[in-house]
Amino acid sequence: MSRIRLLAAVAVTLIFGLATFASPTRAQVRIDITNGQMRPLPIAIPDFAGTSGQENQVGRDIARVVSADLERSGLFKPIDPRAFIQTVASLQIQPRFPDWKAINAEALVQGKTEIGPDGRIRVEFRLWDVMSEAYMTGWTLSSSPADWRRLSHKVADAIYKRVTGEDGYFDTQIVYVAESGPKNDRKKRLAIMDQDGENHRFLTEGGELVLTPRFSPSAREITYLSYFRGVPRVYIFNLDTGRREALGNFPGMTFAPRFSPDGNKVIFSMAEDGNTEIYEMNLMTRSKARLTNNPAIDTAPSYAPDGSQIVFESDRGGGQQLYVMSAGGGGANRISFGDGRYATPVWSPRGDLIAFTKQKGGRFFIGVMRPDGLGERLLAEGFLVEGPTWAPNGRVLAFWRDSPSDERGRGQSVRLYTIDLTGVNERVLLTPVDGSDPAWSPLIP
Amino acid sequence: MKLRFLSIVAAAALVAACESAPENTGAASGGGVSAPPPARTAPAGIVKGSKEDFIANVGDRVFFDLDKSSLRADAKATLDKQAAWLKTYQNYSFTVEGHADERGTREYNLALGERRANSVREYLIANGVAASRVKVVSYGKERPVALGSNEAAWSQNRRGVTVLN
Repeated sequence: MSRIRLLAAVAVTLIFGLATFASPTRAQVRIDITNGQMRPLPIAIPDFAGTSGQENQVGRDIARVVSADLERSGLFKPIDPRAFIQTVASLQIQPRFPDWKAINAEALVQGKTEIGPDGRIRVEFRLWDVMSEAYMTGWTLSSSPADWRRLSHKVADAIYKRVTGEDGYFDTQIVYVAESGPKNDRKKRLAIMDQDGENHRFLTEGGELVLTPRFSPSAREITYLSYFRGVPRVYIFNLDTGRREALGNFPGMTFAPRFSPDGNKVIFSMAEDGNTEIYEMNLMTRSKARLTNNPAIDTAPSYAPDGSQIVFESDRGGGQQLYVMSAGGGGANRISFGDGRYATPVWSPRGDLIAFTKQKGGRFFIGVMRPDGLGERLLAEGFLVEGPTWAPNGRVLAFWRDSPSDERGRGQSVRLYTIDLTGVNERVLLTPVDGSDPAWSPLIP
Repeated sequence: MKLRFLSIVAAAALVAACESAPENTGAASGGGVSAPPPARTAPAGIVKGSKEDFIANVGDRVFFDLDKSSLRADAKATLDKQAAWLKTYQNYSFTVEGHADERGTREYNLALGERRANSVREYLIANGVAASRVKVVSYGKERPVALGSNEAAWSQNRRGVTVLN
């Protein structure tokens, strides 16, 4: 306990420059998420208690999802429920802290489920600091039965936020390209799932090649590249209606789309006569503007979270490098100067970092750098790793890995992964078939 | 580190093997997205002026160096023949497909494929083929013909393919 408190205080002061942590008369469990070597926090997550078999079942399921979310973050170590001393029923009356101290739990989740006459699920939870026997946070929320997983993710988000001081990212979705079939005739479909891989569904049938889906800020729309009728164009898919709409009519291939942070614009590339430039389209007025004017390849644009600037890749200097320009276009400043090639820049939702794909010495890397180009750190490496996307709290990235194949295409495996900013907690994100081009949603509204 | 070293050795061995036996490198798996495989020798019964004639006797594709869209001498020789054939058989419109190998990022390779397709298009137009007959499309790294993860395969995948409609 004292170790956590001390480390956290030092780290918070150093890294965030906050002095507000100064008087922890009743300091509570806290994780410094900027230190990847940190020991995960032992947390006890007993089943959420109900008063009927059905409520108890839902309570068990919720505890399981919360536990899995927190474990995957690498910051928490859920304790095996078989070690628990206090029973779920007894816990509802009052946490018996010595029982939880005895199994080295530092945090304890106390939860309750109720199913109303209308079938709605009501969840109440409290987070306790075991050492100081103090209440940390809690709330009550209800949802339709179908959304019980979202309730669970919200519990995990609340715990994550209270303990780390950072917003959670569990009540989110990931859209990606599901891949199947032989390497020279890959069937690619848009698919969407919860960030833990559950509630998976396909959005397109695979009749046309689709690539690079990205969420709108509302998480209700996806912009992507489709070869519908053999013509590569940027489309927008509405998740509520299932409607797909081409983004305007352009003379050349349009690709590499992303929404602006306010959702009013899409930026993308158009390739025409051997030249790829960056454009924006206003979704309200349908007016378009060209933002770059250069014979080089200018592509992969991504807005800063305040919408004022755009980072993109260009080979205007000879090789692929990252540049930053004003959101209105015009002059651009190169920010990447390391050895190798830099591609697929994505601005962190926090604004503090830009993630990228790097190629060097025949290997690929996922890395981050500050928007001024300094502080480059490489987080993942492989034969091919590509396409980072940020969790909404800017602390975790998803990307994809491709493995080499033999002359018959055997051995290829394309998989989604997540990794935290410290680079120490890399996890595979299981999908029903191969997957690439992940895009992480904002927190679901 | 040991694993990586082994895979480098293996890749080198594969490349070496492929270099000495280029006919085994996977070209048999198909042409562009829709074109039939290129034949090395003209089989009997090919009708002059047919799509098969174009593929077998002219050559439907040219290859590019790593990260380049400029036309090599061998590419220009093929395109000279393509231009002559296309001027003889005026009834075809066609699409030039640009492709990249798997050793680049997705979006860059889409742009690079478009550049390559456009290099082919411009060369054909400069050699007398009507611009109105040509379309281009880029598939980036999405449609490899050679499936190996080695230079021999990649050199076949960095291509521009003229697909007759």
